Amino acid sequence: MTTMSGAHPPSVPTSAKVRTPGASTGNEIELVGVEKRFEITEGSVHAVARTDLAVGQREFIVLLGPSGCGKTTILRMMSGLLQPSAGMVKVGGRDLWRGAQRDQVALQNLGIVFQEANLFPWLSIEKNIALPLKLRRVDKAQRLAKAHELCKLVGITGFEKRWPRELSGGMRQRAAIARALSYDPQILLMDEPFGALDAMTRDQMNLEIQRIWMSSGCTIVFVTHSIPEAVFLADRIILLSPRPGRIHSITEISFEQPRDMAIQTSPEFQDIVRSLRRELEAMG
Amino acid sequence: MKHFVRRHLAWFTTPGLVIVFGIVWHLYIVIFDVSGFILPKPLDVVVSYFELLGDSRLWEATGVTVFETLVGFFFAAVIGIGGGAILGKVAWLEETARPFVIATQVVPKVALISLFVLWFGFGSFPKVLIATILAFFPILTNTLLGVKSVDLGHKDVMTSLNAGRWETFKTLEFPSALPAIIAGLEVGIVLAYIGAIVGEFLAGQAGLGFLTIDYQNAFDVSGLFGVIVQLTLVGFIMYLAIVGLRRILIPWHESVIVEKLRQPVG
Ligand SMILES: Nc1ncnc2c1ncn2[C@@H]1O[C@H](COP(=O)(O)OP(=O)(O)OP(=O)(O)O)[C@@H](O)[C@H]1O
Ligand SMILES: [Mg+2]
Repeated sequence: MTTMSGAHPPSVPTSAKVRTPGASTGNEIELVGVEKRFEITEGSVHAVARTDLAVGQREFIVLLGPSGCGKTTILRMMSGLLQPSAGMVKVGGRDLWRGAQRDQVALQNLGIVFQEANLFPWLSIEKNIALPLKLRRVDKAQRLAKAHELCKLVGITGFEKRWPRELSGGMRQRAAIARALSYDPQILLMDEPFGALDAMTRDQMNLEIQRIWMSSGCTIVFVTHSIPEAVFLADRIILLSPRPGRIHSITEISFEQPRDMAIQTSPEFQDIVRSLRRELEAMG
Repeated sequence: MKHFVRRHLAWFTTPGLVIVFGIVWHLYIVIFDVSGFILPKPLDVVVSYFELLGDSRLWEATGVTVFETLVGFFFAAVIGIGGGAILGKVAWLEETARPFVIATQVVPKVALISLFVLWFGFGSFPKVLIATILAFFPILTNTLLGVKSVDLGHKDVMTSLNAGRWETFKTLEFPSALPAIIAGLEVGIVLAYIGAIVGEFLAGQAGLGFLTIDYQNAFDVSGLFGVIVQLTLVGFIMYLAIVGLRRILIPWHESVIVEKLRQPVG
């Protein structure tokens, strides 16, 4: 991923961050001894080894790691889509699982953006965005007003009444983000949301996700393959090693936020990228 | 102009091919000197069809057949969509019901008609029953398949939003199955029509199927052909009505959008 070089002076990296990770009250997500094995016909796949991780309030966490190392699995366990084989997932201080039942209150705080937009093709964009509110029995006028507001926020105004298939991939992903934001979740989980986008659109989306994160004050866990993307967005990068997935290292990124694209050309930025790349390569 | 022709192609080709068919038919009769008792000339068929159109017997018969078809189709749709949705959601029920559903399809319908006549007499009811039995199967299997092939990513969305079973069915499974259901309905309406006609044919007192038998007994070949023309046209109209549902019920679907995309070019 290249950036416009030298056009802007890079924003000054400082050690004094405006937003200190985990500084506010307690942790938003906690994994305590979480482990995942998938039972398949020929035995079981050990996808994620015992993992402990605490994500602070308003923190931007990026999960980085080679393909198949369990990033999606960890994210799905955080979201309640997948139950861990062992250990405990806590969201907003509450146990996410009680037996096979999921905690309703904990779920209310979670929003997810998948790698694919996963919009329903039979619903217009505004109705897709308003779907979570409909399920929460918010009345129609109110939820559509919210949808329109969100269209503006993510930059797809004018497409409210269109079918998803009439939008480009990037626009659909924006709509999916708007849908996840519709009920103001305190936690946003994003699984390679921009994986399918071209580099330019991706940069633009990263800027926007940073802006949304800063203005909404939510906590984000973001999965990616891309090291520069991780360094650009993260408060902390959790580097995972493969088979079975476990936390390899944690890197704090202390550039002041908001960051702009020009920061990617700074030597400090490139140093971090280089050292993460070395770590990844050393894992094989 | 070119696009206009392309889009409305069927309006040109259908009459054209019908005329060509008529000419070949006419030449065949002339060249091989075929008796009018066996095969009437196409123009005679047209004339007798128009005569038939003035005959109240034709319209009464059409009314009866359309009524039986639509009532049978309605029950088939209710059973097919309702049953398919339930079987699609409850795995053990599907396993249990499968042999019986298949049995209704492999049993010779003719045997059933005799039975129904014994039970229910010569009225409309046994025809409706046959129409239903024939038509529900494709509707049911298509609904079942549609409900079961919901996109996993879409399912994740509903699960992450903590949607209940009924809400998931209403907002995801049913709309996602609709294109398959409509495909089932398109086959179903044709089968319901065939069911009603065959029923009338074998044990009728009224309807277009019965009318063909009537003309056959009277050796009125032209009249017979006239009824066949009427049967074809009525079947066409009912089928097209169901096809038209596509545009109303699934305007978002590829099968409809592709058609729409053809329009504005040029
Ligand atoms: N449902 C499943 N059944 C069996 N094994 C699974 C299942 N889901 C994931 N796995 C296995 O768990 C491991 C981790 O998968 P996961 O999808 O979490 O990787 P990932 O880090 O997200 O990879 P990628 O970057 O390619 O998306 C893989 O080895 C995968 O084969
Ligand atoms: Mg993944």
